[in-house]
Amino acid sequence: MNRPATIPAQTCRDAPILKQRGQREVFCGLTGIIWLHRKMQDAFFLVVGSRTCAHLLQSAAGVMIFAEPRFGTAILEEGDLAGMADAHDELDREVARLLARRPDIRQLFLVGSCPSEVIKLDLARAAERLTVEHAPHVRVLNYSGSGIETTFTQGEDACLASMVPVLPATQARELLLVGALPDVVEDQAVKLLSEMGIGPIRVLPAPRSAEMPGIGENVVYALLQPFLGDTAAALDRRGARMISAPFPFGEEGTTAWLRAIADEFGVDDETFDRVTAAPRARARKAVAAAAETLAGKSIFFFPDSQLEIPFARFLIRECGMEAIEIGAPYIHKGLVGPDMDLIPAGPTISEGQDVDLQLDRCRAARPDLTVCGLGLANPLEAEGLTTKWAIELVFTPVHFYEQAGDLAALFARPLRRRALLKLEAAE
Amino acid sequence: MKLTVWTYEGPPHVGAMRVATGMKGLHYVLHAPQGDTYADLLFTMIERRDHRPPVTYTTFEGRDLGADTAGIFKTACMDAYERFRPQALIVGASCTAELIQDDPGGLAEAMDIPVPVIALELPSYQRKEGFGTDETFYQIVKALARPMARTPEISCNILGPVALGFRHRDDIEEVRSLLWEMGIAVNVVAPLGATPEQITTLGQAHFNVMLYPEHAETACRHLEKVCDQPYTKTVPLGVGATHDFVAEVAALAGVEPRKDLSRLRQPWWSKSVDSTYLTGKRVFLFGDATHVKAAARIARDEMGFEVVGMGCYNREFARDIRALAKDYGLTALITDDYLEVEKAIEEAAPEMILGTQMERHIGKRLGIPCAVISAPVHVQDFPARYSPQMGWEGANVIFDTWIHPLVMGLEEHLLHMFREDFEFHDEAGPSHHGGHAPKPVAEPGAPVAETARPAQDAQDDAAPGSTGGDVMVWLEDAEKELKKIPFFVRGKARRNTEKFAAEQGVTEISIDTLYEAKAHYAR
Ligand code: SF4
Ligand code: SF4
Repeated sequence: MNRPATIPAQTCRDAPILKQRGQREVFCGLTGIIWLHRKMQDAFFLVVGSRTCAHLLQSAAGVMIFAEPRFGTAILEEGDLAGMADAHDELDREVARLLARRPDIRQLFLVGSCPSEVIKLDLARAAERLTVEHAPHVRVLNYSGSGIETTFTQGEDACLASMVPVLPATQARELLLVGALPDVVEDQAVKLLSEMGIGPIRVLPAPRSAEMPGIGENVVYALLQPFLGDTAAALDRRGARMISAPFPFGEEGTTAWLRAIADEFGVDDETFDRVTAAPRARARKAVAAAAETLAGKSIFFFPDSQLEIPFARFLIRECGMEAIEIGAPYIHKGLVGPDMDLIPAGPTISEGQDVDLQLDRCRAARPDLTVCGLGLANPLEAEGLTTKWAIELVFTPVHFYEQAGDLAALFARPLRRRALLKLEAAE
Repeated sequence: MKLTVWTYEGPPHVGAMRVATGMKGLHYVLHAPQGDTYADLLFTMIERRDHRPPVTYTTFEGRDLGADTAGIFKTACMDAYERFRPQALIVGASCTAELIQDDPGGLAEAMDIPVPVIALELPSYQRKEGFGTDETFYQIVKALARPMARTPEISCNILGPVALGFRHRDDIEEVRSLLWEMGIAVNVVAPLGATPEQITTLGQAHFNVMLYPEHAETACRHLEKVCDQPYTKTVPLGVGATHDFVAEVAALAGVEPRKDLSRLRQPWWSKSVDSTYLTGKRVFLFGDATHVKAAARIARDEMGFEVVGMGCYNREFARDIRALAKDYGLTALITDDYLEVEKAIEEAAPEMILGTQMERHIGKRLGIPCAVISAPVHVQDFPARYSPQMGWEGANVIFDTWIHPLVMGLEEHLLHMFREDFEFHDEAGPSHHGGHAPKPVAEPGAPVAETARPAQDAQDDAAPGSTGGDVMVWLEDAEKELKKIPFFVRGKARRNTEKFAAEQGVTEISIDTLYEAKAHYAR
């Protein structure tokens, strides 16, 4: 009874994927630093890049300027580009200066950018060298957040994947939850699972470097986000095993996700129902309120955060919406396959984009709601479409039962607002 | 390599975007990776533009690098021309594409695109956004404008307003009306709102109004040379500068300096008795050079403030600001390092900051009121209402804007009298600010950052007033007494007391020291 009852015969998993090659309108992986640095409280993210990279971080951070945030950009200058040898020296100097000034830093991530990659600045080598230099106080890792290798949320994936090889080994039978979520949401998940008797539960990334989880053959892990493909591969290489499930959005997604973990740990139906019944009912009730606005409305997703497919599944199945196009920067069926299984065939599934052609399709379809990036939202509103900017969906707690209603409400609000505003003469 | 946290200026191609987005009928093909498309949101979100910026990004990927990034550029260029049919194209590279050296200019030129193609060389690793606007506008003007017969009536161009400018939209209207009052026609306003076709007619005007030197100085110099057009040097920000501007324009145009002052209220508002409390308010100025220069004059001469610090982030104008600061008995702060600005403000302990959105954050942290006078600005600095900075109405707007964050005259007294009152108490801040009351002044010695402050910094902070090696301590009683002083003057009191103590060679500050200092500085 707890498993989704009807699996549509013809699902999205088998639908052809539209792939177009043109301008993409998506952030690069550096953007993940904005939430990662809040989650990992003793980490510093040092982008080795250009003024553009610094400006991107600042523009994406927007509403949260901190005095001295735990991220910064080492801006490459003319001199660094001329000779490679001194770029490493310069980096060492900047890192030494930073660490001397910020004794609270225990993990330093050197984050590669397009410029550092084009000039082939070897940050892996730099990280090794700096780890030795600053051991044992600080561990230095590196990953790429560049726009030529990563899109938006892939930055988190690259970051977490870079941590996996240095996690301690363990033989313990543990559950590992993977993905940087707001504490309040993470706590809810841990509570639900603990009440079923599942444990010990560890999380990656841990808030502090000293609390990093161990990894080994007896560890099973569940992803919290659909964009953690490289992290999953790295965990697999360390012998851990993934519990595959739809992602925990909405009542149905959360139940399916919890159920998959519960099955792995041999939790009986009665226990499962006892723990989940009340929050499930609450989630259904909260979603129903927003679904009144959403039911029967059409939706069009521009690619942005990789959350598009699980969100579409939630909106179609739990809110009664109808998807016209579901676009994602890339589609990793090993991760989002279970969600795709739940979406009846019909909507166009697109991967990557040619933004001008996609805009043409969107204008022709005139969806009731368009989910897109900040660069497109106002221009589409001005053309009379109703939009939801995608980045808010990444920055807001939307996982699990207690946030299911909030998730639905985020999509409902633009529609409600449009219905509310009366800006013409009364007549 | 330089570690940067927050920046006042973006890269130079963002400057080029500000010119392109301001114009109509121009398209920018930018060789850049996908992440660089973030720049669109500056315009669509911060400025609430209802159109996408006219920019096509090639969004090449890592796997294209060894292959054919030049081919990707050419395809993007052709597609952009076909789709948008602009009157002219500008092409260039962002920081990443600059490294792969595809030469967008050369590629585009070889493509036989039937409209002018203007190549931009914007050195991303040396220059910044301000250079980008000025250089881009100059290249467009250089490519398109030619000497031509003057208009029969006296006319001028208004040069410099761009997209994402601080109140550029409204400044144009205000300056138009100043010119109209003198019977001078406006030939073209550019870049904001101009088409490439209109740029070709710049030469018709009799002279140019250089509205924002940051964005138009090179173009104005070029037009002076090529089209023999003189240009104005005064920027009409503030009452005095607007009078000067009118005089300068009248001289250039050979017309009467006619002005309609019926809407100008600032001088009376400043003279009226309620404004007495503004006298000697200590203000710190930071922003772009043009706005800081103007603000310094307004602050001192038109508001009666005391300027206790000033600086700018655009090094191109460092010399001007240094000279100006000298006139005010100050040393200019020329930096684009946010932390340096914060430190200088903390040390100067002003009663108000006149700055950019960055200083607004500094003010929030330090509990010092802040009014915004310059870009970079945020969404709330693009108001729906008419809100110019220039001309007569601009002077009125500036008066209102600058006094808004302050505690008003009568309220100041009430705060002194009823310090413990629930409504007037210290931490409430100015009563007209509702929920947005500033935090109580952070004591310079207290850790204000949310993150742990490094030990060395904390030491620097401990005694900002101390001059030598000897450490100055506040005795407990004196510290308590200091807390009784309302928040908006507490910083000043602390600073003055410490300065006084240092001069007297006193290392322990007692209540007596506090009041001796008060008497010493009494005005
Ligand atoms: S508080 Fe600062 S970052 Fe936030 S919207 Fe305002 S200006 Fe922007
Ligand atoms: S796309 Fe590349 S150059 Fe642009 S901000 Fe991202 S990492 Fe930096």
